[in-house]
Amino acid sequence: MIPAAFDYVAPSSVDEAVQALAQAGDEVKVLGGGQSLLPVLRMRLAAPTTLVDLGKIAELRGVRDDGDAIVIGSMTTHHEVTRDSLVAAHAELVAKTTRTVADPQIRHRGTFGGSLVHADPAGDLLAPAVALGAEMVIAGSSGRRTVPASEFFVDYFTTAVAPDEVLIEVRIPKHTGWGSHYEKFNRVAQAWSIVGVAAAVRSEGGSIAEARVALTNMGSTPIRATGVERALVGQPASAEAIRSAAQHAAEGTSPTTDGNADADYREHLARVLTGRAVSEAAGVGG
Amino acid sequence: MTATAEPSVNEFGQARKRKEDARLISGRTRWTDNLTLPGMVHLAVLRSPVAHATITSIDVGAAKQAPGVTAVFTGRDLADEQGSLPCAWPISPDMVAPQAPSLAVDRVNFAGEAVAVVVARSAAEAHDALELIDVDYDDLPVVLDMEAALADGADLVHPELGTNRSALWAFDSAEVGTGGDVEEAIRGARDNGVVVKRRFRQQRLIPAFMEPRSVVMDPTGEQMTLWSATQIPHVLRVMIAMTLGVPEHKVRVIAPDVGGGFGGKLQVTPEEIITFLVARRLGKPVKWTEGRSESLVSGHHGRDQIQDLTICANRDGTVTGLKVELLADMGAYLRLVTPGVPILGAFMYNAIYKIPAYHFACTNVFTDKTPTDAYRGAGRPEATFAIERMMDELAAELGMEPLELREKNWIKHEEFPYTTISTLTYDSGNYEAATARAKELFDYDGLRAEQQRRRAANDPVQLGIGISTFTEMCGLAPSRVLGSLSYGAGGWEHAAIRMLPTGKVEVVTGSSPHGQGHETAWSQIVSDQLGVAFDDVEVLHGDTQSSHKGMDSYGSRSLTVGGIAVVKAAEKVVEKARKVAAHMLEASEDDLEYDRGRFTVRGTDKGTTVADVALAVFAAHDLPEGVEPSLDSDATFDPENFSFPHGTHLCATEVDTETGEVSIRSYASVDDVGTVVNPLIVDGQIHGGLAQGIAQALYEEAVYDEAGTLVTGTLADYLVPSAVDLPHFTTDRTETPSTTNPLGVKGVGEAGTIASTPAVVNAIIDAVRHLGVRDVEMPCSPQTVWRAINAARGQVKSTSEGSTETAAGGGLGSIDSQHGGAR
Repeated sequence: MIPAAFDYVAPSSVDEAVQALAQAGDEVKVLGGGQSLLPVLRMRLAAPTTLVDLGKIAELRGVRDDGDAIVIGSMTTHHEVTRDSLVAAHAELVAKTTRTVADPQIRHRGTFGGSLVHADPAGDLLAPAVALGAEMVIAGSSGRRTVPASEFFVDYFTTAVAPDEVLIEVRIPKHTGWGSHYEKFNRVAQAWSIVGVAAAVRSEGGSIAEARVALTNMGSTPIRATGVERALVGQPASAEAIRSAAQHAAEGTSPTTDGNADADYREHLARVLTGRAVSEAAGVGG
Repeated sequence: MTATAEPSVNEFGQARKRKEDARLISGRTRWTDNLTLPGMVHLAVLRSPVAHATITSIDVGAAKQAPGVTAVFTGRDLADEQGSLPCAWPISPDMVAPQAPSLAVDRVNFAGEAVAVVVARSAAEAHDALELIDVDYDDLPVVLDMEAALADGADLVHPELGTNRSALWAFDSAEVGTGGDVEEAIRGARDNGVVVKRRFRQQRLIPAFMEPRSVVMDPTGEQMTLWSATQIPHVLRVMIAMTLGVPEHKVRVIAPDVGGGFGGKLQVTPEEIITFLVARRLGKPVKWTEGRSESLVSGHHGRDQIQDLTICANRDGTVTGLKVELLADMGAYLRLVTPGVPILGAFMYNAIYKIPAYHFACTNVFTDKTPTDAYRGAGRPEATFAIERMMDELAAELGMEPLELREKNWIKHEEFPYTTISTLTYDSGNYEAATARAKELFDYDGLRAEQQRRRAANDPVQLGIGISTFTEMCGLAPSRVLGSLSYGAGGWEHAAIRMLPTGKVEVVTGSSPHGQGHETAWSQIVSDQLGVAFDDVEVLHGDTQSSHKGMDSYGSRSLTVGGIAVVKAAEKVVEKARKVAAHMLEASEDDLEYDRGRFTVRGTDKGTTVADVALAVFAAHDLPEGVEPSLDSDATFDPENFSFPHGTHLCATEVDTETGEVSIRSYASVDDVGTVVNPLIVDGQIHGGLAQGIAQALYEEAVYDEAGTLVTGTLADYLVPSAVDLPHFTTDRTETPSTTNPLGVKGVGEAGTIASTPAVVNAIIDAVRHLGVRDVEMPCSPQTVWRAINAARGQVKSTSEGSTETAAGGGLGSIDSQHGGAR
């Protein structure tokens, strides 16, 4: 469990980081909190020649208010996200989901941006980012660009971030006053999600006015459950209506079969858990 | 003399915090990997990625040239020295066993087998150079399934043996004369009673001790010194001498602080032999420490049996016979006690019940998997699981309340000592008392009522109650019994007590703690025996130079064998001191009374202490005629019987019928481990044991794919539960003293593991039996439970059993190297 040798660079600004990436060539990896990368290196599943550590770039940490959105720096730790008052007020779904990530030790080291760029389809933070319509701000040698979450996740462990780019921050439109819930289904507390459902609901006078639902680990990327969302809007916030809408949850998904769950079971779970997540978000008893 | 605190109360029974914990928990201690010796080099092991193949060539040229590399060795380089790894338990005269090289020479037989080693200045350089070794493998057919392995014309793991069948071991009560003929009983029950037949699968488990294994070998002294993270330093020394032909007196083995074992470090490992040979060859100290994934794939595994049981009974519930047929997976080789592990179960299938006819047969089978061997409980959890599951199945078949069925058949407290059909004599026990207390703690009747309500309401979350009324045989073991089972050694234990001039005491023990708290428990025992303060006792262990003699720690034997040896040694110290005390007090020995370290002359206020006598003996100025100036004493204790702890474990599970998810709502256990030296240590053993038993029921399994690759090769895939995954445990004890040792103690190290697995699985099935479910294969994952429910309802055909997909679920094993890495 000893990584192969690599060069280590710790830039102190985004510009320096981008420069370091450009100089390092193809065999470079960006080190965020290290909670996924280091095990991969220690198992020698990857052997980059250079690591660019973002840990010393102060501007990448923290959450700020930006009008109709909040902005989370990519190197903000999970722990910080769970404690942040802006996140709690305007993106409660992100806070609730982050609380389910791994264990306290990992939440103190792991970062919001690191999880997103790692793009493990079983990673929990992808679904809320997609559900809430987040935008990812990426820096590279040709400047900065913004990619919507719906286009950010390309495939298993693959995002729109190019090898010479860095995710610097994530803009999340404010969902102030929305009810939210993340329904995580896994076997032990530290295990990856078999299926997860992120749901945010805005209710108006006993009816569902808007709904945002996205699924974890139901395909190679997080999947927005648009069929469920459509079926929910305008419906009364009742157990029966939600259960009926949740039947659309597996539409358009392509879950894998692995040691924990076959594809058909995942589809079944998506329907059951979507019902539970939306009910919880809408404050509807079982 | 120095001031010594006077003990005011009996130490026996005190819930003392463990004296060894500060250093163990902080890690500032003598773990093997913490050792650094002058000039030490580091060894790393290249392991086979394939399960079965001929090694056609190994090119080590590039590795030898790599930076920092001292040497590279292949199996061929060590072939003349390495011998065959020892198997100390040839269970039958015709048992078939392959040669077991530490470093594969011509062929690999499981994925993870060692094929070459690199020695370098640093561990990092050694691991770098491993990647430069080029091995050509010529694949052979992979043997994974036990039943297929036994079929005619099956591919063979070891073609030179001509079979995959290692041995058949059988016991039949009619043949031995301890009971009736089981076939006759089954025929009788077919006519007039009930016959229930079931197949259970004991999945393969991995011990997953916390401290990875580590070995340091220093060949530079007159005695070659081997440090190892082992449970068995004494056995290891003998085995190194016997396996390698090294003079035993030239080898010193040290097990420093060792972080867990659970049987997983009850082994003579390939890496110990390799490190020994390489260090000797190089003339330099060598260290090997494994990584976690290396540990999971190459340390021995446990369980892995297929169990076919038939139980028969009269309509009133009286059990009339039990037939047990096992297939036990040895893996690719027979390690230290591999063949004997399932055989330990032979004596436990009859459990706490009076069964009049019994047949047991176990077939040991080779496959191309990591070898199996002892894992917490070793043979007894498998037996207990099967019989406790069968009692529930029989109760369901008869329409009886499962606790009533058990009570109808169990041995009553007034019937002890009781000789069972499998020839063991249980010395003491009280199943009624433990069960009554457990029912009370658990609110058995209240939960049964709630279960009825939920069933009636068709609640999507159903409630089940699982029962396990278990006993086990531990405290291994009477040497004569081990002899009758063809085991290669005795079951005694050694202890010595050294009285220091200042009144302090050194206790030398042959037991070898690896987390159990022996230093605390032995100190408590000696404190009472010799009247010295708890803190004035030091316990020396795990070094063949200081504790020169021992049989080490496994099979819940340390207290019941090693602890009794300590008592016997202390008694000898007192007897020696008595002669001197009488002389000092100018009294007759017969007039002396002794109580916790103090001799008094009967009817007077004259007295002295063992500590004072120790100083007088040190001075030796005025000793009685013929008395040698020493109180030091030793004792070697061979138990007359096994130890038979028992208990009643009750588990309530909630099963979410929509998802198959199982959660343990409550768990109550009442264990009877005889008298208790330290209740805190006993609680710790029970809690840890429950965690491991529950883990088998719900979470853990070593899974292989069709190519024979272990796909649960990280702790992200092999699901060891943590505290948050486990319920609050309600534990209590009854105390029925053992009658076969002077302290009345019974073993506790394995009880929780043995008892808990069937309690959990019985609870799951009890929750959904009304839906038609009568078995769920372990581990009872949500998907497995969901499919069992659906199969019973006939809604969805069960595909889980036929599934060939064994890729790890979302863990590290699924990370693609091309795309891996947080950014």
